[in-house]
Parts: sequence; structure tokens; C-alpha cells
Amino acid sequence: MKEVELLIIGGGPAGLCAALSAAESSAKVCIVERNKSLGGQLIKQTHMFFGSEKQYASIRGIDISGILLDKLNHYKDNVEILTETTVVGMYEDGVVTVLHKEDNYYKIKPKAVIVATGAFEKTLAFPNNDLPGIYGAGAVQTLMNVHGVKPGDRVLMVGAGNIGLIVSYQLQQAGVQVAAILDAAPKIGGYLVHASKIRRMGVPILTSHTVKEAIGKEFVEKAIVCQVDEKFQAIEGTEMEFDVDVICISVGLTPLNELLAMRGCQTKYVPQLSGFVPLRNENYETTIENVFTAGDATGVEEASSAMVEGYLSGLCAASKIGYTPGNFEERKKDYIKQLNDLRSGPVGKHILAGIEQIVI
Amino acid sequence: MDENTIICRCSDVTLKQLRDLIQEGYTTYDEIKRITRIGMGPCQGKTCGQLVMREIANATGQNMQDIKFQTTRPPVVGVKLGLIAQEGRKNEE
Repeated sequence: MKEVELLIIGGGPAGLCAALSAAESSAKVCIVERNKSLGGQLIKQTHMFFGSEKQYASIRGIDISGILLDKLNHYKDNVEILTETTVVGMYEDGVVTVLHKEDNYYKIKPKAVIVATGAFEKTLAFPNNDLPGIYGAGAVQTLMNVHGVKPGDRVLMVGAGNIGLIVSYQLQQAGVQVAAILDAAPKIGGYLVHASKIRRMGVPILTSHTVKEAIGKEFVEKAIVCQVDEKFQAIEGTEMEFDVDVICISVGLTPLNELLAMRGCQTKYVPQLSGFVPLRNENYETTIENVFTAGDATGVEEASSAMVEGYLSGLCAASKIGYTPGNFEERKKDYIKQLNDLRSGPVGKHILAGIEQIVI
Repeated sequence: MDENTIICRCSDVTLKQLRDLIQEGYTTYDEIKRITRIGMGPCQGKTCGQLVMREIANATGQNMQDIKFQTTRPPVVGVKLGLIAQEGRKNEE
């Protein structure tokens, strides 16, 4: 059995920052990442980030990933990275089982774990929602921004949150036409600066609208769209047709924490945090001792807050296993302040109302 | 139209099947899972989970907070039994 000090599950923004922070405290860290490369969703983000300087505002997501990896390289004696490795189980005795590619299965026994598994895309139920050409926004970003493959020629975007708006803009930049952006809510969920940019390109944004049905034989050929009332019920007679070969679903994410649930950590459904989330203390430790969490797994928010949560949980987890740096309190205070600053707007208020329900 | 709406992509369970089961009185995720295999495929309920819970909530007049999701167990992804046996034998040695 492989023994490690601090195991970090997930090499996205939260996991990478947790690793950096723990390694800075001199803990030995092992990052497990199921994909070929580290960076998580950052590597799909070709746009510049908001936030403040400390969270790399006005730098592109993919470049932020590069910066974090460079920093991690300074601690290479303390950081082990296992890519193409999936954690498949977490057990009562603290043992974690992993699968490398499809042919190497083994056990790891860590002193502490940080589960930074991120989030999973939500989906929608409508007739013919299994036709080829219906994608999640994450898949469209992967195809277009990671592999340079156009997902289709004409897209209906479902969801006017930041991801829906940004992916629409990137599609247009790649020469793919966006027929319209829908959102069931009565107003645009994403930042108006993103919405204005895409409106200036002539793409209509239809609020209080949803996709009623996809039509096509072998793949999507059309989408039928309708208006919805304040209870999100379809209004008869408001149907419109769009000739599209792609329907991109961007209706939000939900925290991914099946590992925490199977380990026995108490979880709770919190709408403001977009799904089931683990209960945790202010150090990001869950109801099971030495099992920590950070990032979207503990509530869907943004990469900026995921990074700071990562730093904070990395600092606290390392301290829990005996690596408390002299400037512990100072660093902790700074991270908490950064999180409070990030959550100072109207969206942050909503997030804080969710966090209130899970902090123990 | 519910016949053509897929709730569970892994096991091809439709919205009609789901609604019929709820009507018959199967109003927990675990019961529906045992009958339909919903949540038992490669995604382990990550895609269908909230859709199923929302349907149960709407049909029974409960809030999403009151609906229980399935019990999560290892393995999260498929692992060849031979590999598990091999690792098990290592412990005996």
C-alpha cells in the first residue's frame, strides 16, 4: 500500500492551490488527477478572468493554469503528481483506492485528504434530448478550445449564465453561428459585460424561454423553443423554430462529491450552492476528521474562489498533520479576507447564504 | 412526448417510465434505481440524479432538500474484477 501524507483528489484550480499551500508549509503532497494533464477546467478557458490581482484577474484561464503549475514546480521535491488516475473509492479505514488508466488498481493510505473534485454539468429533460448534436457546454469547450474541433455550424445555446455567454462568444469567434441564447429565468444570469459583447454581435438573448423539443433523425436538425411563465411552465402558442445542428446545454453545475458521501461525510442539499455539499468547519474539514474539501465540490462558485479555498484548505490540512508554519494565522486571515472580498457582491450574498447552512 | 425524453442516458430510462413508476408509488431514488438501473451506469447518477429528484419532489409535493439521493458506493468507475482480486491477493502475501 502506498503511503502519503496529504492526498489531494483533483488537479483543478482548488486542488492545485491546495497543493501549493500545503507544500509551502513543507508537507509532502500527492495530487491525483483523472485527466492527462493538470489544470481542470482552467485549460478550457481562453477568456480573461475577473476578480482581483491575487486571483489573476485579466489573465486567461489557461495561462493561470500554467502559472500555478510553474509555481508547483518550485516544490517538486514535495509534490507527487499522478495523472490519468481516478480515485474509485474511499473507505472507513482511511484507505483510498485508485485506478491508473484501466490496468493498474491499487491502494493509497494518506494521513489527510482534500477532496477537490469540482462539479458536474446539469442537464435538461426534453423530447429527443439524446440526439447527437446535443452537448453540455463543457464538451463544447473541450472540443473547441482544447482540441480545435468545431462542434457544428449553428448552435442554440440554452442558458445565459456566464458559461453560456462566454461559450457563445467563443463559438462566434471560431466562426460558428449562435442562433440564439435562451434562459428560462426572466433575466440574464451572467455578467452584463459578457451579455453586451454577444448582443453587439447580433445574437438574440431570449429570457423566460426554454427548449421544448429537439427534432432530427440521425442528429439535431431543429430546436423548438417556447416561452415560459414565472413557474417555468411552457406557454402554449409561443413556439418558435430554430434550424440548428447543435443544442448546447449550459444550465449550471452541481457539486461533485460522491467520494465524500461514500466516505460517510455528512452532506446536505443547499440550493444556493447548487446541490449536495459536505458540512464543513471554517478550515474546510468535513464531519470526518482529516477529510477536507475545497472548490466547487463544496459549492459551485468561480475559479477565483476555488483557488483561495484551495490555499486555505491546503494550509489547514497540512497544519492538521503537523506542518504549521510560523505565519499560519496571518495566512489564514488573508485567505479568509480574500474570500470575503470575492463574495462581497450580490452573487456573493447568495453564496454566503448557502455557506451559512453548511459551516459547523 | 415523455417516451422520447431520456432521463438516464446510461440505461436509457425515459421520463415516461420514471413518471409511471412514481405514480405506482415508487417515490424514492433507491426504489426507482432498483427497478430501472437508473444511477447504476457509467455516470453513477451524476447526470440523472437531480432530474429524478426534481420529478419525485414535484409529484409528491416535497422540496428538493427533503429528497434523498442514492447511497454512494465504490467503485466510482468500472474496475476489472481481476485487478481487484490481484490487489486483494497482495494483502494476503
